[in-house]
Amino acid sequence: MALERCDVEKLAHLARLGLDDAQINSSTASLNAAINMINAMQAVNTDGITPLANPLEANQRLRPDTVTESNHRDDYQALAPAVENGLYLVPKVID
Amino acid sequence: MQWETVIGLEIHAQLATNTKIFSGSATAFGAEPNSHASLIDLAMPGTLPVLNAAAVRMACMFGLAVDAHIAEYNIFARKNYFYPDLPKGYQTSQMDDPIVGLGHLDIALDDGSIKRVNITRAHLEEDAGKSLHEDFSGMTGIDLNRAGTPLLEIVSEPELSNAKEAVAYAKAIHTLVRYLNICDGNMAEGSFRCDCNVSVRPKGQTKLGTRTEIKNVNSFRFIERAINHEIQRQIELIEDGGKVTQETRLYDPNKDETRSMRSKEEANDYRYFPCPDLLPVHIPREMLEELRTHLPELPTQKRERFEKDFGLSTYDASVLSASREMANYFEVVEKTCADAKLATNWVMGELSSLLNKENLDITQSPVSAEQLGGMLVRIKDNTISGKIAKMVFEAMAAGEGDADQIIEQRGLKQVTDSGAIEAMLDEVLATNAEQVEQYRASDENKRGKMFGFFVGQAMRASKGKANPQQVNELLKQKLDQ
Amino acid sequence: MHQLTLTDISKALAAKQFSARELTTHLLARIEQLDPQLNSFITVSKESALQQADAADELRSSGINAPLLGLPIAHKDLFCTEGVRTSCASKTLDNFIAPYTATVVDKLNKVGCISLGKLNMDEFAMGSSGETSFYGPSKNPWDTQRIPGGSSSGSAVAVAARLVPASTGSDSGGSIRQPAAFTGLTGIKPTYGRISRWGMTAYASSFDQAGFLAHNAEDCAMLLQATAGFDERDSTSAQQQVDDYAAALSLPLQGLRIGLPKEYFSSDLDSRIGDVVNNSIEQLKQLGATFVDISLPSLPHAVSAYYVIASAEASTNLARFDGVRFGHRCENPQNLEDLYLRSRDEAFGKEVKRRIMIGTYALSTGYYDAYYLKAQKIRRLIKNDFVSAFKDVDLILGPTTPNLPWLIGSKIDDPVAAYLEDIYTVPANLAGIPGLSMPAGMIDGLPVGVQLLAPYFQEARLLQVAHQFQQHTDWHARTPAGF
Repeated sequence: MALERCDVEKLAHLARLGLDDAQINSSTASLNAAINMINAMQAVNTDGITPLANPLEANQRLRPDTVTESNHRDDYQALAPAVENGLYLVPKVID
Repeated sequence: MQWETVIGLEIHAQLATNTKIFSGSATAFGAEPNSHASLIDLAMPGTLPVLNAAAVRMACMFGLAVDAHIAEYNIFARKNYFYPDLPKGYQTSQMDDPIVGLGHLDIALDDGSIKRVNITRAHLEEDAGKSLHEDFSGMTGIDLNRAGTPLLEIVSEPELSNAKEAVAYAKAIHTLVRYLNICDGNMAEGSFRCDCNVSVRPKGQTKLGTRTEIKNVNSFRFIERAINHEIQRQIELIEDGGKVTQETRLYDPNKDETRSMRSKEEANDYRYFPCPDLLPVHIPREMLEELRTHLPELPTQKRERFEKDFGLSTYDASVLSASREMANYFEVVEKTCADAKLATNWVMGELSSLLNKENLDITQSPVSAEQLGGMLVRIKDNTISGKIAKMVFEAMAAGEGDADQIIEQRGLKQVTDSGAIEAMLDEVLATNAEQVEQYRASDENKRGKMFGFFVGQAMRASKGKANPQQVNELLKQKLDQ
Repeated sequence: MHQLTLTDISKALAAKQFSARELTTHLLARIEQLDPQLNSFITVSKESALQQADAADELRSSGINAPLLGLPIAHKDLFCTEGVRTSCASKTLDNFIAPYTATVVDKLNKVGCISLGKLNMDEFAMGSSGETSFYGPSKNPWDTQRIPGGSSSGSAVAVAARLVPASTGSDSGGSIRQPAAFTGLTGIKPTYGRISRWGMTAYASSFDQAGFLAHNAEDCAMLLQATAGFDERDSTSAQQQVDDYAAALSLPLQGLRIGLPKEYFSSDLDSRIGDVVNNSIEQLKQLGATFVDISLPSLPHAVSAYYVIASAEASTNLARFDGVRFGHRCENPQNLEDLYLRSRDEAFGKEVKRRIMIGTYALSTGYYDAYYLKAQKIRRLIKNDFVSAFKDVDLILGPTTPNLPWLIGSKIDDPVAAYLEDIYTVPANLAGIPGLSMPAGMIDGLPVGVQLLAPYFQEARLLQVAHQFQQHTDWHARTPAGF
C-alpha cells in the first residue's frame, strides 16, 4: 500500500503544510520508506490484545471547579503576530 | 407522493460550571475579549489539561435524569481540524466512549400524548472561541474567552417526525437541564444550541433518506422554521428529480432559508484518537448513587405528579412544570388556596398574560405566589367574586399590597347580607318599574333574556360587590312574586 | 572549577572555596570561548545567571546551605522559562519568549539552581542526532565531526565539554540516554509521569519525560530528588511517593539479579559495543550482581510502534503552531488557508514535517486500525514483556545504542536508518519504565554507554547500580581533549 503523490498531497493538506512540488516528491519517497519500516509490525499477532494508550494506566484526576486564572491578556498578546482591540487577527474567515 | 420526515437533534448545552472544562479560567459571558483566555486556553506550548470535576458531575446528573447507561470509564479524544477559534488545532471531545450512553426522555406533545425519545448518547467536550467578522482592516478577530467552556452534546436518535416534535423535544431537554441546574439555558448567549439532522423519505420506506445537518440554531422558533424549510427544500429537490447531498447547512432567520456552508464542503477527516494528555475518566458507582439521591424532582415526574395529585390535564401539567421556578410558584399558590383548579386557572390565565405582556420571567413576577394564593383564598371564602378578583390582581401587580389590604382599602368586600341585598334590589326594581312590568308580562323564554338585565343593574348598583349567587336567587324571588 | 561534578561543586560552595558568582563567571566565559565550535547553547542567559548567582551567594552568606543552592545548570530549550526565549530549536518559536516557567525548571530555581541558558536540541525533540535544529547541529566534543546524539544534543554537549556541570533533557524515545552514551555522560530518564510535563513543550505526550544529563549517578540523584513528584497541573503526573535517591546510592549490589535480554545483543549491535557491555557485566558481577538471560520477544517491533504512536501524537501536538496566537506567521497571508499552509511550511524543518505526515497518515480514516491501533497493541505487548521480565529480575542491562556516534550529515537523507538507531532506547518509553545510560568504555576515542532499565518508579535502583559501578570505574570522569 505505497503512498502515491496524491495521497501525500492530501496528507499535507490535512496537516496544513504547504509543501511545494519538490517537497511532495521527496516526502513521497521518505514516507514510503518509513511506512515500509513500520509495516514490519503488521506481522505481529495482536488478536485479543487491548491497546495501551498510556503506560501508567491510571485514572484521570479531577480538578475542583474553582477559578485559578487571572487576566494576563496583554502579556500573552505580546507574543501574537497580529492583534487589535484585544482580538487575535486572522485573514477574513468566510463561513 | 406522500413523504415522511426523520429528524434527530444534537443539542449543545453549556454546562454551568465556574471554570472551563480543562483550565481554571472563569466561564463568564460578555467579558472583555480574551480576558478569560489562560495559557491553557491559548494552547501555549507545554500547557496541559486537567478535567473539571463539576463538568463530570453535571454530565452524570444528566445521564441519571434520562435513565441512561453511564459506563464505568469514559475517554476523551482529540478531534483534529484547523480553525482559528480552535487554539490547539483539535477539539478535546469524546468519541468511542462517551460519559453518557443510551437513555430516553418522555415528552408531552401538543395533542396531550406522550412520546418517548431515545437519546443515543451525551458526551463532554470543549467549546470553541468566537470569530468576530466585523471589519478589522479586512481581518477576522478571534476571541477565545469561550474556548474551553464545557459543553454537553446530547444526541437524540433520529426518531422525531416533524418540526413540532423536534421543538417539543428540544424544549424538554431545555427544561431538564435547567431543572438539573447544569445549564442556564440562555439561548441568546449561546448556552443552548441545536444542530438539526433532517431527512425525508417516501412514506413506508424503511431506509433513511440522505440527511443534511443544520448547524447552530439558537431559538425554538428558528428550530421549527429551519426544519420546516429544510423538509420543503428536500422534498422539492427530490420531486424535481434532484438528490439531497449530505452536507452542513446554515439557517438564515432573516431570509428564512437554509444554505450550504461552502467552507465545510471538503470532506473532513477528523482523525479522532484518545487524547494522550488525559487519562480514562473513572465514574465510581458510589458517586452515581450519591448523585442520584441529590437529583431534584424531574420535569416528567413533576408533570405526572401534577396530573395525578391535582387532576390536571397533561397539557396544563406540562406547562406548569416547564420550569422549576414555574412549578414552585404554582405549588405555593396551590398550597395556599388549597384549590388546584383555581390555582391552575389563575397561574395559566391572568398571571401568564401579565408576565407575557410585561415580558417578565416567573421569577420576576410582580405578584408573588403567596399573594396570588392569598387572593384565591378570598375568592373561595366568598369575600370577593371572580370579577372583583381581577381588579384586586391588577392592584397587586401595581404594587398596592396584598389582596386583603386592597379589598379593605377599596372596600371591595363582597356583600352577602341578604337584608342589604334585598334593599338594594328593591331600589333597582323600583327605578326600573317599566321593565319589571314587561318582564312579568313575558313568557319564560323572553324572561330568561330580560333577567340578565336586572342582574347587570343590580351588580352595577352594588359596584360589583354583591354576591352574584345571592343576587340571582333573591332577584328571581322578587320578580316572580 | 569546570572539571567539578555537581556534587563536588555543592561541597565546594558549602565550604566557601569559591562563590557561585565566581563559578558562574568562569562557566559563562568558557561558553563564550568554546561554544562557537560546539553550538550547544541557543540562548545564554548571562545577566540573569549572574543575578541568580549573587542571590545564591547572598543566601549562602546568610547561613542557608541548601545542597543545590548556587549550582549552575542549563535547560533543554523545550522547557518554558518565563521571560527567556523558548524555541524548541524551531523557526516557529524563534521569537517566542515563554510567558511562564515549566514545573521542572521552577523547582530547580526554587532550590537555588542557576540557569546559564537554553540548550540546543533536535527541532521539537524530533531526531536522534541534533541535526534537525533550526540553529544548526551541535558537535560532539569527543569528535566535532560527529553528532552528539539527540534530541537532547545541546544538553549532552554542554555537559561533556564542561561548559555546565549538568543539564535538563527530555527523553521520548531515547533523547537523554542516547546522547549521554555518545558523549560519555550519565543520563537518566525517569518513569513516565515521575517529573511533571507542565511547561515542557510536547512532542509525543504519552512518551515525553524530563530527566537529566550529568557526569555521574550521584549528580543525577541530586537533580531527580529536587524535581520528582506529583504536579496537579499535569493529568499524567504520577501520585507516587518519591524515594530517597541519595540514600540508595551506597547500597551494595549483593543479591541483585540483572536480566540480559537476548534481543539487545542481536546482529544489529556493533560487536565492539557488545564487548564494552560484557566488560561492564564482569565488573558488576565482581560487585555482587548476578546475571540471567531473558527475552523480550516483542522488542523487534518497538521502533515501528514507537514511530507510529509518537508521530501520531506529534502531528496533533504541533497543530497549535498555526501563526495565530504565537509563533511564526508568513508574510501577507492571502486568506486563512494560505496563512496555515505557508506559516507551517516555513516554520517547520524537514524531519518535523515528515513526522507530522506519518502521524497524520497513521490516524487518517482507513488507516487508524492498521497503524495507530496496531501500534498501541504492540505497545501493550512490549509493556507485558517488561512486566513479566521484572517478575524474575531486578534490573535489565544492555547497550544504549547499537552503533557509535555517526558523522554529521551521514544519515540526514536516510531517516529510516536513523530511526532504527533507537532500537534499544524506545522500548523503555513504550512501557514507560525508567532507564539510565552510563559511560562504560571507549572505542576509537568515542564514549560507549551501557543502559540499565528498572521497573516502574525504581529510579533508585538504577542510580544505585550506576553509582556502585562508577565507584570502581573512571569512564564517567574522562574529559574530551581540549575541554
